[in-house]
Amino acid sequence: MAILSKDEAQAIMKKVLGFAKADETEVGLGGQQSGNIRYARNAVSTAGEVSNLNLSVSSSFGKRTGNATINEFDDASLEKVVRRAEELARLAPENPEYMPLLGPSNFAESIGFIPSTAAMTPDTRAEMVAKSLKVSKDNKLESAGFLQNSAGFRAMANSKGLFAYNKSTDVSFSVTVRNQEGTGSGYVDHSFNDVGKLDTLALTKIAANKATSSAGAKAIEPGRYTVILEPLAASDMLGGIIRGFEQRTADEGRSFMSKKGGGTRLGEQLFDEKVNIISDPMNPELPGATWSGDGMPVEKTVWVENGVVKNLACSRFWAQKKGLKPLSGPGGGRFGGGGMIMAGGTASIEDMIKNTEKGILVTRFWYIRMVDQQTLVQTGLTRDGTFYIENGQIKFPVKNFRFNESPIIMLNNVEELGKPVRSGSSILPPMKIRDFTFTSLSDAI
Amino acid sequence: MKRRNFLGMAGMGAAGALLHGFPAIGRSITEADALMIRADAAAKKRMADIALQAARSKGATYTDVRIGRYLNQAVITRDNRVQNVANSESYGIGIRVIANGSWGFAASEKMDADSIAKTAALAVAIAKGNAKLITEPVQLAPQKGYGEVSWKTPIEKNGFEIPVKEKVDLLLSVNDAALKGGATFINAALFMVNEQKYFASSDGSYIDQDIHRIWPTFTVTKTDKASGKFQTRDSLSAPMGMGFEYMFASPEHKIIGGPTTLYKGRYDMLEDVKAATMQVGEKITAKSVEPGKYDLVLDPTHLGLTIHESTGHPTELDRVLGYEANYAGTSFLTLDKWKTKKFNYGSKLVNIQADKLQPGSLGAVGYDDEGVQSGQWDIIKDGILVNYQTIRDQAHILGLQASQGCCYADSWDSVQFQRMPNVSLMPNKQTRSVADIIKSVKKGIYIIGRGSYSIDQQRYNFQFGGQLFYEIKDGQIVGMLNDVAYQSNTQEFWNSMTDIADKNDYRLFGTFNDGKGQPSQASAVSHGSSTAKFEGVNVINTARKIG
Repeated sequence: MAILSKDEAQAIMKKVLGFAKADETEVGLGGQQSGNIRYARNAVSTAGEVSNLNLSVSSSFGKRTGNATINEFDDASLEKVVRRAEELARLAPENPEYMPLLGPSNFAESIGFIPSTAAMTPDTRAEMVAKSLKVSKDNKLESAGFLQNSAGFRAMANSKGLFAYNKSTDVSFSVTVRNQEGTGSGYVDHSFNDVGKLDTLALTKIAANKATSSAGAKAIEPGRYTVILEPLAASDMLGGIIRGFEQRTADEGRSFMSKKGGGTRLGEQLFDEKVNIISDPMNPELPGATWSGDGMPVEKTVWVENGVVKNLACSRFWAQKKGLKPLSGPGGGRFGGGGMIMAGGTASIEDMIKNTEKGILVTRFWYIRMVDQQTLVQTGLTRDGTFYIENGQIKFPVKNFRFNESPIIMLNNVEELGKPVRSGSSILPPMKIRDFTFTSLSDAI
Repeated sequence: MKRRNFLGMAGMGAAGALLHGFPAIGRSITEADALMIRADAAAKKRMADIALQAARSKGATYTDVRIGRYLNQAVITRDNRVQNVANSESYGIGIRVIANGSWGFAASEKMDADSIAKTAALAVAIAKGNAKLITEPVQLAPQKGYGEVSWKTPIEKNGFEIPVKEKVDLLLSVNDAALKGGATFINAALFMVNEQKYFASSDGSYIDQDIHRIWPTFTVTKTDKASGKFQTRDSLSAPMGMGFEYMFASPEHKIIGGPTTLYKGRYDMLEDVKAATMQVGEKITAKSVEPGKYDLVLDPTHLGLTIHESTGHPTELDRVLGYEANYAGTSFLTLDKWKTKKFNYGSKLVNIQADKLQPGSLGAVGYDDEGVQSGQWDIIKDGILVNYQTIRDQAHILGLQASQGCCYADSWDSVQFQRMPNVSLMPNKQTRSVADIIKSVKKGIYIIGRGSYSIDQQRYNFQFGGQLFYEIKDGQIVGMLNDVAYQSNTQEFWNSMTDIADKNDYRLFGTFNDGKGQPSQASAVSHGSSTAKFEGVNVINTARKIG
């Protein structure tokens, strides 16, 4: 059984720590049960189910550390993995950045586990996909999609008495619907902790509608346009920015948060004052881990307030070196959990279109890559539904564009923010952005 | 540990970087363990036969079994310290069946007879369940059984047998050279893979393979506090299907005479980092490019990725048919273009070949993951599209009597599917040097190394950067440029290819983790070419100012 209870996990980890002879020992235990079903050309292609349970041991003698993992749980194997980690620790060079382990802490109980999501079966998934297939078949369209659910736990214990445990579930669904002529394409992609919130029929209808309405796209000149980015497109663009809120890289002069002449831009008005970004592992729509990989609690944190950067994530080593307070980072990234949550307004995408004189509506972006690490300029393309707006109405679909744009510049050019929704591992509003730079056209559909 | 996770833990950039994930899945092993792990083909045959029989008894009309042991090692350093040394192992069985005309797949890490039989039964049950949601039964190209055969990457030094200390010392000496040369930061890493794969099928094949890959890499960073600017330069190494001998370059493996030393078949990491440290400083003060049309001279360390994205991916038949529509995309190379046998992909100099046997390449294997023997074939001949890349259930679509052997799975617990073979641009049949090509350029840019890369979901419109950009004026390299990226359309770009160097310049580029599929899988593949010239390509300036 891949999903162990708190007590079961603690019992295994206590046993492992009982075998330890190192100065300090840290044990991680995690399990996941996941299933998926994939389809294309209006038929199922593959389906599978995977279960994993893994134990990791990190042993340290002074500043020498060794790591070992195992997926066998008899007593002999548990002792063997501890001995392996200790053997590697003795061989390892000293790590000058080694930090002593933390002691016990009161971590909040995570809220991300929904039993109905964990209970999904291959039949449940097939039924949900059948609803999606019906939409495309009924409308003489063609769909390709993917549905995946998982349930898992993570636990951590160390020789200083720290113990932490989190349990979570996740279900994600994406579908691309194309017309049979190959001239139109639509897409949706949603993730939830609770499968009860996933309606594959309704979501596929949205993708089908986009497939139909995006057919026969016209070419218009690339250039700078006002864009309305649906939440999926907005999250595609902003993924990189949240990882930049980090003290060390800013101090080291290799981040957009680095200041000319040294220091960081913490406290500066970097974005439009409408921009407010937080992370919060207890948000019911986007629950996250309540402790980080190095044993620090993860709590609600304000990253940007009215366009001003208020905090930078900081590792324990760097905090000690610089005399700062350590802080777990957002985005489930290097130091912590809890995705990016950006505040917005109450307007729907339809409302935002009505307020737009001339602009482009973007469903999603594709193949985004960093062009310049200094300015975070990225390139990529629009995909699966790009439309021209004039005088408050969608006038016609347009061919896809390639963009070259920085999310920092983008967040300075905010005209309006709509009602936030969850998109992947973020909660973001649709955004109306002026002067978004498209550099060329693509014939891809 | 799965290779995709093994790569993710490095935190260093790689092509198709769609794949992330940690903690690792699988067992970690020590250096001593790695040496003791050796395949026992007879034992694996017994396990495979249990699976084949169990699947047949449950109603499978076809079964294949993959028993895989995947060994990985990552040695990762930064500046004067080791960040991580991780050895890992993943071992298990994957069983794929056809039942009621539909595919089914199941995998287990439990290798006792009872578990194997249950896994086979589960695969058949999933196939029968899926059969309710298919539109036509799987049509599998015939494949003869080879009996008991084996294949090994022809390595000289098994990287797993080289002591960790030797690898750590090498990387720390690389870092030391960079720091002494004035680098502000240096990350260097060495990744090694050993796939021990056993394949058996109801066709009568029992194939035992031992595959090795290696990837040394670094990123040098230099910052300028006064201006607040920083630049990086990545290693010019190609990951290879080789052993540790790759790390020992002799003079015959070096191409000297251009703006930087380039490597052929072996790699000198220490020499490259010294050059990189000087060049990264030059990059900070290099002239920002004037946008416009340029003739581009593209080195194989750069051109390989262009080949990968604009010829490798669009000629994958599963994309053409729509199987990747929800993720990696489709392809502009629809079947009608192939059927005409006249579709003009590029100029007459453009000859693209698929080759699963190429020595030293990442994609070299004796047999693919559905038991098809490796081969070589033309994809683009004299500028015309002539073929795609297929697996067994696609061959009939092209009227082929057999698969081209392009099936691969990145782990025993991943289902195998269509992946790119080594796809390469053939060199000039006439004698032609890089110096001759540069002399022929009036206004151009010579690009070396892989940089930012992006292409649309049907592989028309792309934008590529690089590591080093040198301005060419009237046949001479006159200095370094910065902020360069070129944009083009695949067909226009390959039609603008007007020159290519000969076989003396032919080198392999490679990528360790090309992402595709849902759930996403990684594959490693090489692309060979000689330096080529493309006329009148649109170059943009990527510099922007932030507040």
